[in-house]
Formats: sequence, structure tokens, C-alpha cells
Amino acid sequence: MNRWSASWPLAGLIALVTVAPIVVLFDLADAPTGLFEARNLGLVANTLLLTAITVAGSVLVGVPLAMLTAFVQLPWRRFWLVLLVAPLAMPSYIGAFTLYAAFGPGGEIENVLGFATPRVSGLAGASLVMVLYTYPFVLLTTRAALLGQDATLVNAARSLGTSFWICLWRVVLPRALTGIAAGALLGALYALSDFGTPAIMGLDTFTRVIYVEYNAFGLGQAALFSLQLLVIVGLVLYLESRVKVTPERPGRCLQVWPRRGRAPLWLLPALPVVLLAIVLPLAVFGTWLWREGAEGFELSYAWNSARASFLAAVVAVIAALPVAHAAMSGRAGRLFERVTYLGFGVPGIVMGTALVYLGLKLPFLYQTLALLVLAYVLRFLPLAVGTIRSTAEGLDAGVVNAARVLGAGRREVFRRVTLPLTMRGVTAGAALVFLEAMRELPATLLLAPTGFESLATYLWRVYEAGYFGRAAVPGLMLVLISGLGLALMLSGERRAEFGVFGDNRP
Amino acid sequence: MLRVKNMSVDYGATRVVHDLGLALADDEIVTLVGPTGCGKTTVLQAIAGLVPMATGEVALGDWTATAKHWVPPEKRGIGMVFQDFALFPHLTVEKNIGFRLDDPAVVDHWLQRLRLVEKRHARPGTLSGGQKQRVALARALAHSPKLMLLDEPLSNLDAALKDSLRREIRDALKAAGVPAIWVTHDQDEALSVGDRLGVLEHGRLVQLDDPETCFCRPASRFVAGFLGEASFLAGNLAGDSATTPLGDIPAWPVDTREGAVDLLLRPDDCSLVGDSADGNGQVRFAQYEGGTWLYAVEVDGGIHLQVRTSHETRLAVGDRVQLQVTTTHPLAAFSRTA
Repeated sequence: MNRWSASWPLAGLIALVTVAPIVVLFDLADAPTGLFEARNLGLVANTLLLTAITVAGSVLVGVPLAMLTAFVQLPWRRFWLVLLVAPLAMPSYIGAFTLYAAFGPGGEIENVLGFATPRVSGLAGASLVMVLYTYPFVLLTTRAALLGQDATLVNAARSLGTSFWICLWRVVLPRALTGIAAGALLGALYALSDFGTPAIMGLDTFTRVIYVEYNAFGLGQAALFSLQLLVIVGLVLYLESRVKVTPERPGRCLQVWPRRGRAPLWLLPALPVVLLAIVLPLAVFGTWLWREGAEGFELSYAWNSARASFLAAVVAVIAALPVAHAAMSGRAGRLFERVTYLGFGVPGIVMGTALVYLGLKLPFLYQTLALLVLAYVLRFLPLAVGTIRSTAEGLDAGVVNAARVLGAGRREVFRRVTLPLTMRGVTAGAALVFLEAMRELPATLLLAPTGFESLATYLWRVYEAGYFGRAAVPGLMLVLISGLGLALMLSGERRAEFGVFGDNRP
Repeated sequence: MLRVKNMSVDYGATRVVHDLGLALADDEIVTLVGPTGCGKTTVLQAIAGLVPMATGEVALGDWTATAKHWVPPEKRGIGMVFQDFALFPHLTVEKNIGFRLDDPAVVDHWLQRLRLVEKRHARPGTLSGGQKQRVALARALAHSPKLMLLDEPLSNLDAALKDSLRREIRDALKAAGVPAIWVTHDQDEALSVGDRLGVLEHGRLVQLDDPETCFCRPASRFVAGFLGEASFLAGNLAGDSATTPLGDIPAWPVDTREGAVDLLLRPDDCSLVGDSADGNGQVRFAQYEGGTWLYAVEVDGGIHLQVRTSHETRLAVGDRVQLQVTTTHPLAAFSRTA
């Protein structure tokens, strides 16, 4: 390791830029006078309630599914796993929108199938949507923990006279607690930052009212709400940093072989989740597409999304290179990397508010695409840093040595070995940023230049205007993009604990 | 021909290789053996130019590297096979082998020589351990090195594969006529592969000789113990024979001319006869090994020795036995105080 690395000044500068929005918020915020008034307390309560219910629900759904996918040797295991993880890749506003449109009097279920269903909205509706789209976090982290457990302990417990189900409760689950906690906290972060779901379900959480204040030219109030939200986010991030997963002695994972013909029974409990989170949105969009076609949709929306996201991907990768390099060369560098991770914790609506204000202060940025791209970069930089860093770290020094003893000089080694091997991480990082930016809603709503309509913002306008049917094309496009994102994520380079295919390493 | 003189290597303030000297004949294979952490791998890396030398000199063909004058690894013409193979994960087998070659015929030759033709378009990630090892060997040999360095080439492989690959690699090296240094921590491998055998202890080369000499006349008790099962029999050395409780035995003095010595006895230097009521010892431990039995015998007077017999000698723990030293070659004698 170098004592001083050439990448540090650059990485330091980038880290500085990533904290800028948070600093800006302090300057912008109104005096904190009404913190204990009924409205503010109500917001805090709603936000915390939604988060708490989301955590509880995602654990209740995610843990059994984790056990199912980790232990039970079903036919097509991979397929079920991918299907059950898929909601993670879908933006929750798609789910919120379609659930809202499907249920209740006059909803699509009543229109198409002819029976009445209760309305899905408010706290209950928002919680349902959040659980449907956050349980995969718990599923993945818990599954990883379960796969790391040696089945011998279960066998030991059973030989001591404990039944299988009691074993799960007393021997398996306690050892998976940190894994469950890690996933639950990720879910909590998601619930805190999500804008689309509470907005569509009509639940006044911080994210929703920040947008309301922004529209009412109450930027100062929006900033005050933003800071309060950041405090809660910071708390969750702190808790998350405290969760330490202790690896167990490696061993064969528990395997349960379902009796012949009984496999579908094991999958039955997962059916409602898949129906609500995946089938329903697709069915609703499909109905709309069949009914209204591509009316009102212009290809330029998709083009706008793609252009801004592409720019964001390129900039993010360029910025990520020095940060990743710095992170691998010493303590100060690692600190810079940690700082850039802050952006990931900042909710999109908060980032939007901060950058709108930045735009007002720096007129050359105001209402420009550059500002929107900056927002994407700040939010999704950690994705690029993570993938680049993990591929570069995975680069085995032995391979470089091997190339050199074969007669290749430093330059040739870089060109023919190091670069191509790192390039995979760079491409994967860029693709992840691109796909995330394509789906981003709140920051895009606040920062899109006048006349700039993207897939996500168009979907939002359609919802606000009540022309639900027109959401079909952009909705399906966003689902498709999410599918691509999922495929990329499963190709295994994102984060180790999300390694869905991690169980069949040689 | 490789010449290494007075080579030392430091890691920070710690010297991990001390004054190593070594010269290799034209197609000679030398195995370097020693326990984990004795500096074996470092020796190879220093010869290859991957770690700097603190003192000394390495010369091969037209270059000479010293502590002051470093020759970069790519200028040394040394082939290396790494413990974890170090194959380029982004290149196919064929491209790995031909990494810096222009002539596809050479690649074809080595693909055939090491039975890899069917795998030529495969990526390293899809290969088995043995296949990876053969690719690594083919890659190194295809670049026609003047010297091969093999760093525990078999340690990541299954026991079943080791035997056959050991022979295959040795044959390939001999056929190519390339001298090689083969590092291992496995005694069997060390004794069977090399023309000569070097034993490293704490970064020092304590013995360098043909395997048989190293085994029968080890330069120290450490070497004796490292290369095989060793028992020691106390005796009194005078001239080329030692007086012991088991009679007078021809001896080969290692570090002393006369006086109290320990004779090195390998388990197959002795024989056992059972059923003799008036034997000179008692079986304390018996272990079946398939073709042979290994017995631990306590000779009257408290001497513990290990004896290996054919599978036909069937003795039980507690049986009285007559133990005899049957070997005809002189036994290595170490000074008792050492």
C-alpha cells in the first residue's frame, strides 16, 4: 500500500462534492420552530409507522421465503428464487400506482373481473406496497446467512430429540438474526426514502410533504423536513453499521427434499406475494395497453430518460475510478469512499430539494440537464464505486506476476490483463447507474428542465391527471428496464451479500 | 544454466532467506522442500525478480541480477507455475497458453502434449483443478523458458490426481530439456520428483544433495525428521561402528567422530520376529497400512523405535518381540549433545 496515493486529491474532491447537498440544506432550512406542533409530529409518526410496519412485514414475508429458497430442494430452484427476488428491481411507485388503480370501487379488478374489492390506500396501502417491494432485501440477506450455516447443528439437535420445526426456531433462526437484521434495516432505509408509494397512497410522510412544500414554493420548509428525515436515515445507517455478520464454520447447508408431487404445496405460500408484486402490475398495464394503446406517449420521453441516464452513467464511472483506487490505497482513501456512500442514503426527494436550491444559487446550473445528471451521479455513485472496487480487489496479484514472468512489461500487463479484467466492473457499474437513473422519480420530478419529460415523470403526470390508461407504455418500459437491472444484479457483481448465485461456488 | 550466489531476501527488517547458493545443470530438476514459512516461495519469487534481493547474485544465460542491478521479471526468460495457477480468467485456454506467442503451431503442440485440445476454447473458470494445472504448465513451457519455477504446483489438487500429474509434469520438463526448481512441502513429492533435493530451514539451505543421500544421510536431525519417520537409537561411536543395546552397527558420522551418538533408524531398517518368549522388546502400538504394518516397539531399557513390516507379520499390542537392525548400509550418527 502506498503511503500517499495520486488518486487521493481527486477522490477527496469528489467526496467533498457528495456532502455538498447536505451542507446546502442547513443553509436553506427555515428556523426549526414548529418541530413539536401537531403537523410535524404527525409526519414523524406516519414516517416511523410506515417504516416499522414495513420492517415487521418484510421480516414476516422474507424469512420464511428465505428458508424455502435456501433449504427446500424444489425443481427449478433458480427460477423461483429469481421470481421471488424480482420485486426488488421494480420501482415501488409502479406497484403503488397499479395496486391503487386495481383495487377499490371502480378499480380495474372490478372493471375486468366484476367483483368489488376494498380500496387500497393510506397507511395500510402504503405499508402493503412497501412490504411487497422490500421483503427481497430480507430474503437475500437471510438466505445468505442460512446458506452459511452448517446443517450438522440441526442434525445434532434432532438427535437430541428436537422436532424439525422447533429446530428451525431454536437452532436455525437465532444464528440468522444478524442476516435478518441487515435485510430489515435495508428495507427500513428504502421505506424512509421512498417517495412514490406514500405520495400515491395519500399518506403524509416526510417524502410526500417535501414535494408538496416544494410545489408551494416552500423550499425552506422542505429543507427543514429533509433534515429531519436525514436524521432518521442517519440513525438507521448507524444501526446498520453496527450489524456485524460473524461467519460460521463452513459446512454443508441443510437440505429438505419435498416428497414427490408435493413441491407445489411448498410454493403455495409465496403465491399471493408473486401475484400482488409482479403479476398484478403486469396485468394492469397489459389491460391499459389493450384498452388505450400508446395514446399520448412520445418516444422522446424514453429518449430523454436514456440520454440523462447515459450521461449519469458515464460521469459516475469516471468519478468512481479515482474513488475506488483511493479506497484500495490507504486509510484516508477509505474515508473518502465512505463519504461518497452518503449519497446513497440521501432520499431522492431530499437530494432534489438540495440541488434545486443549489440551482437557484448558481444560475448557470439552474434548469439544466447537468443539474439532473449531477443528482443521479451523487445518488448512484456508490453503485459504480462498489462494482469497480470489488472487481479490482478480486484481481489476483498472481495473474499480474504470471503475465510479467511470461515477458510482458508493465504497460503490456496493464493493457492486456489489468484493464480488461477491471473493465467488467466498469461496465457493470455504468449499467447499474444507468438502470437506476432510468427509474429514478423524485429527484427527476424536481430537477427536470422545463419541457423535459422522462418515462418516470410522464408516468407521474399521468397519475396526477387521472389518465391512468396512458401509463401502460411507460410503465411496461420501466418494468422491462427493471428486469434488465435484475439480470445484471444476479450476474453477481453488485454486493457480496446479495450474491444470489453465491451458493454454488466451487 | 542457473547460478545463485549468496542470495538473501528481507521482508522489512526480517531476513527470510539467508545466503542461498545454488547451481542447476542443463536439464536438472531440483526440489526445494521445507515446512510452511521456511521461505521456499520467496526463493522462487526472488529468482523470478518478483521480490527484491537484499544481497547476492542470480545469473541465467545472458543476464545477471544483483541486489543493486535488478532485472525486471519480463526480461529473465523464466517460466513459472503458481500454486493457484494464476490463469488469466478473461482469456481462453488457447489464448492463455499463447499469451505472448505469435506462432499458433507452438500453442497446438502444447495443447496436444498436455491433452488440452478439447478445452482449447474454454475459459479457466470452467476447468477442473488438474486441467488448470496442465494449462499453467503448458503456458509456461510454451514460452520456451530457460528455467522453470514451480511453486507447490500440486498442493491445490486431489490426492488421486497428484501422483499422475507429478509424473506428467516431470516428463514434460525432461522432454523439453528445461531445468527447474520445484518447491513443495510434501516429502514424498520432494523425494520422488527431483534429481537433487534441497532442504530449507528458516530461510537457510541446510542440505542440497541427491534424494537418497538426503534421506539416508541427512545433514541434521531436522532434515532427518522432515524427510521421513525417524527414530533414534542411542549408542557409542568409535571409528565407523557404534556400540548399541542392539549390538554393534555400522555408522556414518555426521557431526562427531566419536563418543555418545544417536543413530537414525528408519522404520524399514529393522525387522521384528514375534512369538519369542525371550525377545528384547514389546509391541506398544500397531497400525495397519494396507501393504504393511507399522509397529512401535519399546526395547527393554526404554528405547522406543518404529518398525515397518510386511503385512504378513501379525502382532498384537503387548506381544514380546525380537527386534533386529537388519539394514546393511551404515546409519547416520548424530552427536548426542546436538
